[in-house]
Amino acid sequence: MGNILKIAARNLLRYRRRTLLTSALVVVGIVAVMVFVAVAGSFKAMMVGQITDSMLGHAQIHRRGYVASIENLPLNMNMPQAMVEKVNAVLGAMAEIEAWAPRVKFGAGFSNFAETTNIRIVGIEPRRELAVTPLAAGRVRAAADPASFLKQGEVLVPELLARGMNVKVGATVVLIATNKDGSVNGKTFIVAGELESVTGPGGRDGYIHIDDARELLRMTAAEVSEIAVRFKNPAATERLVDALAPALGAMKGKDDKAKKKEGGAAAGIEVHPWQRLTPFANIANMIDLMTLFIKIMLVSIVLISVMNVMVMAVYERIREIGTISAIGTPPRRILSLFLAEGLILGVLGALAGSILSMAAIYGLGAARITFNFGQQQGLLLAPSIAPSDVAAISLIVVLVAVLASLQPAWKASRMDPIEALRHV
Amino acid sequence: MSLVSASKLSKRYRAGDIEVDAIRDAEFVIEPASFVCFVGPSGSGKSTLLNMIGCLDHPSSGTLRVVDTDVSGLDRRSAADFRGRNIGFVFQDFNLLPVLTAAENVEYPLVMVQRWPANKRKQRVMAMLDAVGVADQAAKYPGQLSGGQKQRVAIARALVANSKLVLADEPTANLDHATAIRIIELMKSMRDGFGTTFVFSTHDPKVMAEAEVIFTLEDGRVARNAH
Repeated sequence: MGNILKIAARNLLRYRRRTLLTSALVVVGIVAVMVFVAVAGSFKAMMVGQITDSMLGHAQIHRRGYVASIENLPLNMNMPQAMVEKVNAVLGAMAEIEAWAPRVKFGAGFSNFAETTNIRIVGIEPRRELAVTPLAAGRVRAAADPASFLKQGEVLVPELLARGMNVKVGATVVLIATNKDGSVNGKTFIVAGELESVTGPGGRDGYIHIDDARELLRMTAAEVSEIAVRFKNPAATERLVDALAPALGAMKGKDDKAKKKEGGAAAGIEVHPWQRLTPFANIANMIDLMTLFIKIMLVSIVLISVMNVMVMAVYERIREIGTISAIGTPPRRILSLFLAEGLILGVLGALAGSILSMAAIYGLGAARITFNFGQQQGLLLAPSIAPSDVAAISLIVVLVAVLASLQPAWKASRMDPIEALRHV
Repeated sequence: MSLVSASKLSKRYRAGDIEVDAIRDAEFVIEPASFVCFVGPSGSGKSTLLNMIGCLDHPSSGTLRVVDTDVSGLDRRSAADFRGRNIGFVFQDFNLLPVLTAAENVEYPLVMVQRWPANKRKQRVMAMLDAVGVADQAAKYPGQLSGGQKQRVAIARALVANSKLVLADEPTANLDHATAIRIIELMKSMRDGFGTTFVFSTHDPKVMAEAEVIFTLEDGRVARNAH
């Protein structure tokens, strides 16, 4: 093998300019792909992070049918306390779950004593909520007490609503809500801060303490509208949701039976990954699709450029092929000689391309480029590429380079030595 | 026991719409360690005959035995294997691989065809370069050698793997007369030293005169000359 590689390398060096141009083309293709993967991946990670870490969590658990009616925030589809306790038990048993937080969601009237408007409210346990959505604290602007995210008796008001209603931090406001039995209740709150809007569903909801929410809604038991879940490994969200669903499904069976005995409606559990809860998952999918197309372009560039150079190499060396064939070189070794040239082109291109890509990605990171996403301004672009992506792209390039050499190499190995020796 | 024997050997091929009888019912025998020359004008069938003896081409009919093997039915892979083990080639244009040094060119059959161990290869290559008188050119590439030196390297390459038969198609055609004679003398001395049979073709009468056995080809027919 060493001798084959040596001869192949020397043959490539015979046509230095052509080899250099082909390698340069492969390198440019690799750099384009790796930089795109790094930048698009950074944008995607930031977008997904903004959505999951400031609002949605990685997954959410609801009573069956709640998500279909989520625009109405139906109080009669909350999970009852017994169900919540069973869900807590299932979640507590899964090592991959970092944290989970209960929420009570409802629609309310918001009054500053001069005028009234509608608001969507999320009742949260602040400590647990921040464990699931750690960026939520960063959304609070002009906080009365920066050390505290939210206390009982306080409300975090969406900034657009605060501006529209001319409500300042520290002001007293009233929230008026109708509970599931139809009775209306009101409670005064102190505005603890303005909540920065986040693009996506729930991005303009106000926050109060979950105990306040239950008091306002006159809940006699600790009902929950949804449970937001944070996984230790966000990349494994869909797999973990698939693992979680059967565990909750087994629990649901008992619950159904109990409910049926009580004559109530069947109450199942639904688990949704964040991708199923926000249309921005489609943007993430589009980024993945664009990355795929860019990779296909890279494959085409490598395939065409390496095949071109190898076809030329075979054509220019027909007499040499005839000579080595005549002196007894087995066809498979002639095949190997040309495949090795493709392999070297691919490996060199992949190595140089990877090194240049790393430099380009580092340079982009050092340039501290910012961009806007929805309401978020000045998000810092932090391009990075996983070693597995570098390895996968390099491997694809090497394999395609060898594949591109296959046809010319096959032709060389099947050449009639007499015809080849006669070639001028 | 003959090294090469042909009986009613014929080769017919098609050139456009015309059927050409390149070799017709050839009968000849070549003994081991002989120094044989095929002569004849251009198009007489010399190269075709050498190609068949070298297992590069198949006879259309008749029998051809080379080194105790009926080579008329060998497939591509078997023919390559047979050539690698038994036959060396010397070409009119030398056909050295330009990316390899003289030593590496000679080493090529031992690496890519017979797969000798590295330590034995180096010794053998230097011995062969020494035998053909170009040991001092071992590290040079073909582009740095004269025509005569290239052909010496080519002869070393043909002999290095202990070939029983060396076929040389017009080996002196691209050399000046003095060099051509020296190359023929070298081939003869190699025959004497290694016991290898040399079969070459030429139409140069002075080179022809060096052969011990001469076969004349005319219109595809082979006749042995008294010499």
